[in-house]
Amino acid sequence: MNRILIKGGRVIDPVSGIDGLFDVYVFGGKIAAVKPSIPPGSPLEKGGVGDLDDWTIIDATGLIVCPGFIDMHTHLREPGYEYKETIKTGAMAAAAGGFTSIACMANTNPVNDNASVTRYILKKAVEEGVVNVFPVGAISKGLKGETLAEIGDLKEAGCVAVSDDGRPMMNTGLMRLAMEYAGLFNLLVISHCEDMAISAEGVMNEGFTATRLGLKGIPNAAEDIMVARDIALAELTGAKLHIAHVSTKGSVELIRRAKDNGIRISAEVTPHHFTLKDEAVIGYNTNAKMNPPLRSQSDVDALKQGLKDGTIDVIATDHAPQDIVEKEIEFDKAANGIIGLETALSLSLMLVSDNIITLPDLVKKLSANPAKLLGLDNKGALKVGADADVTIIDLNKEWIVDSRELKSKSRNTPFDGWRMKGRAVKTIVGGKVVYEG
Amino acid sequence: MRLKRKDILTIEDLAKDEIELILSTAQSFKEVSEREIKKVPTLRGRTIINLFYEASTRTRTSFEIAAKRMSADAINISASSSSVAKGETLKDTAKNLEAMNPDCIVLRHPSSGAPQVLAGFIKCSVINAGDGSHEHPSQALLDLLTVKEKLGRIDGLKIVIVGDISHSRVARSNIYGFTKLGAEVSVVAPPTMMPSGIASMGCNVKNRIEDAITDADVIMMLRIQLERHKVPLFPTVREYSRLFGLDRKKLGKAKKDIVILHPGPINRGVEIASDIADAPYSLILDQVKNGVAVRMALFYLLLGGSRE
Repeated sequence: MNRILIKGGRVIDPVSGIDGLFDVYVFGGKIAAVKPSIPPGSPLEKGGVGDLDDWTIIDATGLIVCPGFIDMHTHLREPGYEYKETIKTGAMAAAAGGFTSIACMANTNPVNDNASVTRYILKKAVEEGVVNVFPVGAISKGLKGETLAEIGDLKEAGCVAVSDDGRPMMNTGLMRLAMEYAGLFNLLVISHCEDMAISAEGVMNEGFTATRLGLKGIPNAAEDIMVARDIALAELTGAKLHIAHVSTKGSVELIRRAKDNGIRISAEVTPHHFTLKDEAVIGYNTNAKMNPPLRSQSDVDALKQGLKDGTIDVIATDHAPQDIVEKEIEFDKAANGIIGLETALSLSLMLVSDNIITLPDLVKKLSANPAKLLGLDNKGALKVGADADVTIIDLNKEWIVDSRELKSKSRNTPFDGWRMKGRAVKTIVGGKVVYEG
Repeated sequence: MRLKRKDILTIEDLAKDEIELILSTAQSFKEVSEREIKKVPTLRGRTIINLFYEASTRTRTSFEIAAKRMSADAINISASSSSVAKGETLKDTAKNLEAMNPDCIVLRHPSSGAPQVLAGFIKCSVINAGDGSHEHPSQALLDLLTVKEKLGRIDGLKIVIVGDISHSRVARSNIYGFTKLGAEVSVVAPPTMMPSGIASMGCNVKNRIEDAITDADVIMMLRIQLERHKVPLFPTVREYSRLFGLDRKKLGKAKKDIVILHPGPINRGVEIASDIADAPYSLILDQVKNGVAVRMALFYLLLGGSRE
């Protein structure tokens, strides 16, 4: 049995309240011990004394050792769009970014709206994926917003949440039913909040930049209105509501107030929404085109405040691979989305260096919080008995993003050429090192 | 003299002296179109491709005539009859055209920014002949030339632009063009057709035509681009015309020596009353005439002379 001893790192585990120099011992795919000092070959409660040759020693001196990151918002594109990303390449990109688990959205082809698609994804993930893959099932059949998908079947097959992400749920009546019905299985309902009657044909944030570029705008109100609606529905139904990719100041304020009022709501923000402003579009940069769009400085400030005060629980990537035939074209015709798994950590660490949030807080928003929301009981913490999913970070590692070097199959990142500091140097999934940088 | 740039994509990134050079060059080319033999050999051996992804009569003909009067070889490609209809991307079309070694591609495209994207892909010059709701630089230049010719100056004039500002590339180019040359520009539209943050371009924003035109020197009426409206942005054409159309009654509030511009095509009786479109103070046909001269100047300043 494979034994790993991670020695001398600064272990940060928000769940057990640990932040200090510890050794972490991994045995049988589980965390077997976290102690100030574990000499190799020493007798331990789990695993016992082994042959010294059996032990893989990882010297983590000067590094951060934390629970493996969980991205609760990834698009893997398989089945159906394997030319953009596959489960295999998406999982490799995740590992390279320090993510040990990813939740993949249902907008594949066919849509993950029935158990057979869920099982297909899980089978492929076991066979080809180096990280844990947790499918998110569709709320509605075919993401059409007309009738409920078989949510009970989806849950049994292994879905950890439901969402029509990519398509806003315009049908308020169906959203109510979905929230009520998902409650039966204690499933999280993840909402892409966008009133399409207002966003209409918009392709970027509404405002001066859009006007100057002659591009149709999407006002903040398109998101705010739906966040307000879903909060009202969460109050009505008692469902577990999670707001995907929050982009506006108004959303942050609505979510904060809802939390104050005791409504079961959580929220995520993407690194690109708290890093970039809508000016990134200037030059018709299709790698700055996504939905929701990049917003204004006051929105960016509000997102950071929301991360700081806990209104926003999770940092998620919304990793959305697109081929160049969908990106190297006219801006208004280009597809939405950017890849994010491999840049998320470095961008998030800027929040720490800018003193917006602390490092333990960041780790929590990347591990413990998503684990809790998705009901992944054995993940998101370095406690004894938990799955041995561990991310080791070098805070001082400097690197320059080169889109050609990324593990993802697609190249659509606005951060190409960016100088970054801090990166995952080892990613361990179930006690196995799956990435070394 | 040549412009020290490869492309003409926007008025926004032209400097004041570049605009003035284009206008003075255009002025000198006007005479060519008055000759019996309307041709100069200046651009002999140059190849100009008019690549039009949107229907156009005036602009395409104007660019073609301008090219031919400069003795360049002009080729017209329209989207409906081209490989675009077969699903080719703009980049692939551009690369294929470039392989035939043209000197300039004139692009009209429904997507804002398409000329900028094209210019990034290819080495020859690109002239933007109108992109989406973004810019239409040659139109603004011919408008500037027309006003300068009639009123003797641009500096200090008050220009009012009325119509669908949201969707108008003519408005954007003219706001930049007139303000760069020292005029004061006001835009007028119902709030449903006024784009967010437009005042930051350096213009006044007004909602009622009557308030805007009292001290104006130039009124520019824009066509209502119903084809760009997904849903109607005003209740009826009748009501729009009543509130924002230029008729004799509203014009009574303007100065006596007002001049009227319209980029065409005009919708008679909608944004402009028929008698006003045909009145002596309407410069609509002067604009069209100057369009040829401005486009000759653009070709000359980008392609003319010896190449470094």
